Amino acid sequence: MTTTETHGAREARGDTAGFALLAARLGDDALVLGQRLCQWITRAPTIEEDLALSNIALDLIGHARALLALSGTLDGTGRTEDDLAYGRGDREFRNTLLTALPNGDFAVTVARQLAYSHYAVLYYEALAGSAEPGLAACAARAATEVDYHRRHADGWTVRLGLGTAESGRRMQAALDRVWPYTAELFDEDDLVARLAGTGAAASPGPLRPVWRERVHAVVERAGLAVPAPRWEARGGRQGLHGEEFAPLIAELQSVHRQFPGGTW
Amino acid sequence: MTGPARTGAQPLTADEVRARVHALPDPELPFVTLGELGVVRGVFLAPDGRMEVEFTPTFLGCPALSEITAAVAGTLAECGHPDGRVRQVLTPAWSTDRITPSGRRALAEHGIAPPGPTTAPRPVRIGLGAPCPNCGSRATRPHSPFGPTRCQSVLVCTSCRETFPYLATV
Repeated sequence: MTTTETHGAREARGDTAGFALLAARLGDDALVLGQRLCQWITRAPTIEEDLALSNIALDLIGHARALLALSGTLDGTGRTEDDLAYGRGDREFRNTLLTALPNGDFAVTVARQLAYSHYAVLYYEALAGSAEPGLAACAARAATEVDYHRRHADGWTVRLGLGTAESGRRMQAALDRVWPYTAELFDEDDLVARLAGTGAAASPGPLRPVWRERVHAVVERAGLAVPAPRWEARGGRQGLHGEEFAPLIAELQSVHRQFPGGTW
Repeated sequence: MTGPARTGAQPLTADEVRARVHALPDPELPFVTLGELGVVRGVFLAPDGRMEVEFTPTFLGCPALSEITAAVAGTLAECGHPDGRVRQVLTPAWSTDRITPSGRRALAEHGIAPPGPTTAPRPVRIGLGAPCPNCGSRATRPHSPFGPTRCQSVLVCTSCRETFPYLATV
């Protein structure tokens, strides 16, 4: 028994290629959503919201930096966070389609934040028990930060839902717009199945019922209807992104392209 | 990296280096030192003979990280350890409980309400009830959970009507 466990633990820790891919996925989700949120700067409804969305973006880009740096170390290429953020083409990114969804109106951004932050709290908390110490440490720290973002999204969902007829209508439309993109967050492909199988890292799949319960509670508190989409969008985890993705990445990488290796 | 080279002088000991690193100002809240903020985890001579400084970021995306790293590396060089290492340590995560009493006083003197203890019961932790640093009134309420830097939120005093930053308890 003991020898089997020791072997299992060694096997779990030893899947560095798997950890590298997982860290890149999580890092890409955080980077792309952070970049999207940056597009609100100077355009948010109030100065407080401008600060809130830019602070959330800053946190997410911080998560991306830590996770992408970890990925480049684990995969043995020695690529830095900048190499990965600025040096890859759009098809090499592995973020979910949800994180790249255009901001829409403020309600769409709130709905996207609601879906993502509840997912990220659950998944990071689960990954804090990963066999990869670097990933576990990042996840444990990030979990408390996304929980702060979660409170922001919960608050706005309820406020818009219970606000005026127009804000309620827009918040409902936003949930309907975003919901088909939430399934991909919980997809279990070969990579997460393999990591979960050896106990190396939790799979997001089993977290979906808890996510649903928590998010539905907020939507109901907001007096809104939980959408029941008849289709699910996926593809980002395989590098198949929507048409709005390439311009986002082009903007992210534009300074790096103009001044390669520049420092200031 | 730009500190004066201590040619011919003995490299400083870990205790001496620690004192200097602790005294460095925080880049975003320069009236508080890194020691007072509680971000310095360890200063020691590593087994390979190089001086090592470990610090914990307040937030993963804290924009001051690279400045802190550069300042510590500069101090190491000034102390006769040009090959010294600066490492980020993520666990255990930083908490506002690590801010020292003198750090809390310095924050309050500069108009930033210091955080309460994380051991306080949940309702207190969301930041209600920090006294106003302008008039001392306890009649304050949350204004915005996000503020001028990532570690600060904004409260408003219902007595003097000033808004003021609050170092959110984490």
